[in-house]
Amino acid sequence: MLEIKNLHARIVEDGTEIIRGLNLTVKAGEVAAIMGPNGSGKSTLSYILAGREDYEVTEGEILYNGESILEMDPAERAAAGIFLAFQYPMEIPGVATMEFLKVAMNEQRKARGEEPLKVPEFLKRVKDVAGTLEMDMAMLKRPLNVGFSGGEKKRAEILQMKLLQPKLCVMDETDSGLDIDALKIVADGVNSLRSPERAIIVITHYQRLLEHIVPDSVHVLYKGQVIKSGDKSLALDLEANGYAGVIGEAA
Amino acid sequence: MNIQIQPQRTAAEAALVDAFGERLSLLPGNGEVMLKRDAAIEALKAGLPTRRIETWHYTDLRRLLTTVPAFEPTAEAKAVAPLVEGSSVLALLNGTAVKAAAIDGVKVSPVSEKLGDGTYAPALGPQGADDAIGALNSAFVADGWLLDIADGTVLDKPVELQNVQAGGQVHARLAVKVGAGVTATVVERQTGTGAAFVSSVDNVTIGEGSDITWVIVQEQPETATYLGQFNAWIGKDARLTLFVMNAGGKLVRQEIRVVAKGEGSDFQLRGVNLLAGDTHTDVTMVLDHAVPHTGSREIVRNVVTGKAHGVFQGRINVHQKAQKTDAKMACNTLLLSDDGEFSTKPELEIFADDVQCGHGATVTEIHRDHLFYLMARGIEEKTARGLLVRAFLAEVIEELEDEAIVEALEARLIDWFAAHG
Repeated sequence: MLEIKNLHARIVEDGTEIIRGLNLTVKAGEVAAIMGPNGSGKSTLSYILAGREDYEVTEGEILYNGESILEMDPAERAAAGIFLAFQYPMEIPGVATMEFLKVAMNEQRKARGEEPLKVPEFLKRVKDVAGTLEMDMAMLKRPLNVGFSGGEKKRAEILQMKLLQPKLCVMDETDSGLDIDALKIVADGVNSLRSPERAIIVITHYQRLLEHIVPDSVHVLYKGQVIKSGDKSLALDLEANGYAGVIGEAA
Repeated sequence: MNIQIQPQRTAAEAALVDAFGERLSLLPGNGEVMLKRDAAIEALKAGLPTRRIETWHYTDLRRLLTTVPAFEPTAEAKAVAPLVEGSSVLALLNGTAVKAAAIDGVKVSPVSEKLGDGTYAPALGPQGADDAIGALNSAFVADGWLLDIADGTVLDKPVELQNVQAGGQVHARLAVKVGAGVTATVVERQTGTGAAFVSSVDNVTIGEGSDITWVIVQEQPETATYLGQFNAWIGKDARLTLFVMNAGGKLVRQEIRVVAKGEGSDFQLRGVNLLAGDTHTDVTMVLDHAVPHTGSREIVRNVVTGKAHGVFQGRINVHQKAQKTDAKMACNTLLLSDDGEFSTKPELEIFADDVQCGHGATVTEIHRDHLFYLMARGIEEKTARGLLVRAFLAEVIEELEDEAIVEALEARLIDWFAAHG
């Protein structure tokens, strides 16, 4: 589903190269964990997949279902099924959460040539999904993410993901700022989306989240490259021994 | 030796002076009114204000007003659908008040009648040397509406005052005397279809304990000149919420002159300026806190596209005895084009020593992170930008308590963006 080949990317503003020859393949149905120390390029990779303009790809290719996404803007990528769950979801005053959800769902439907959702059907879907995430509907009447706690923001991201039903989910440090109960709810939300047609990339620092979302593959990112790949035991190894060993091996 | 040099009249100044001569015999008014008109035109003969007059610094009317059309007495203007369904509509079509249904608790008279018998004479005349709009309007005003709202009246539907032009010139007065303990919403529509020259002056006095919401929606075509002046005097424990939306006009100046003259009175101004094309829009407020224990908040939000130029001048005078005044003013602008321009001038003049006053002004572009977030959910760029711009304005609109008005104003916003976004 996703093939990243020899990707090089830098920050547009100052030219700093962050991704330096990254290779990664994620198949449909797979849950891939990306781990790595701070500054290894994990969040940058997630932004590049989503199409953020602050980064510029200088070399290499990103293929999604066999086609390059590099020329697509963030909205086109989202409509094609790529979803980024943000590490720090943006607070947007004045945009009501419900209105945002409705516009997002209908814009994606429009891009796929589908009719907009009728209001009762829309409300029902939101209510159902909010229920599974133990979210209060009153929260959704507020402006988007404004005044939400860290945990509420993460739940709101999962809510959007479940409503939009993307094909490729990229979860950037979804576990940060979550207590153990919230972590479980969020992990359940992600697990409910596991399917043979969908790939999920979980970016995390810690093994903790991977106890709840068990990955099929684990990739260690360091200085903008995948330096080691393995199965879930690699994550346990990293938890026990830290990154130093793996980094030493690669060097 | 001092020589008074009278600069040569501009085409617009000459047209105004000539129009007065031609129009005079048709204007209503007893002797006293006609003397006021003469005095007003004399003031205009000294010339339209230029940038050298401080209050007109950003709107050099003499330079910007290039032409003034002749009156078109036979042009037909049509009333528009009210902002809120079920409102009591009082229309002024091409400058003439059109007979309307009675409103319970409100005495309604056409201004032409009160000019004819002279009872309106005291309200005419410029307020000071820089009051070009007051002078212009006093010279030419032919009609308008005069409302007297009885003590204790509670209006459950808005009264909508419509000033609809069809080209030519229109000079209108909308005067409302609000008794004590009144709750009412007044909607003022300034609109039309022609390349008109419009002046409109409001005089509103608010009695003790009343709560008045006044909503001005200015949607002149991009060929019209609109000069508005809203004057209000707020009595003891009374509250005035003024909402101004400018969404049209080629050359627009909306003056707001408010006096918080009763203790415990409160003034709220919320302004939305939607500026597009090659237009000039100026909102100038002078607010006097004249007595102790009064409050005010002013929030003006501007969206500037195209080559539009906007101005907000906000002056708050806190008089020496006006202790415990609580006044705050903010002006926030979203610049959406490189050629757009917005000038903000806040002024606080404080003579009392125990007050809380503040002001702030910002100019920003659309927040790129916000735009990315919305687009990352599949919302295409144009729609996402529209959502963010409307959000910036919605914050101000949604502060109004009346849901029907909020919805109606948001619908006007959407219409504006459909035409200019």
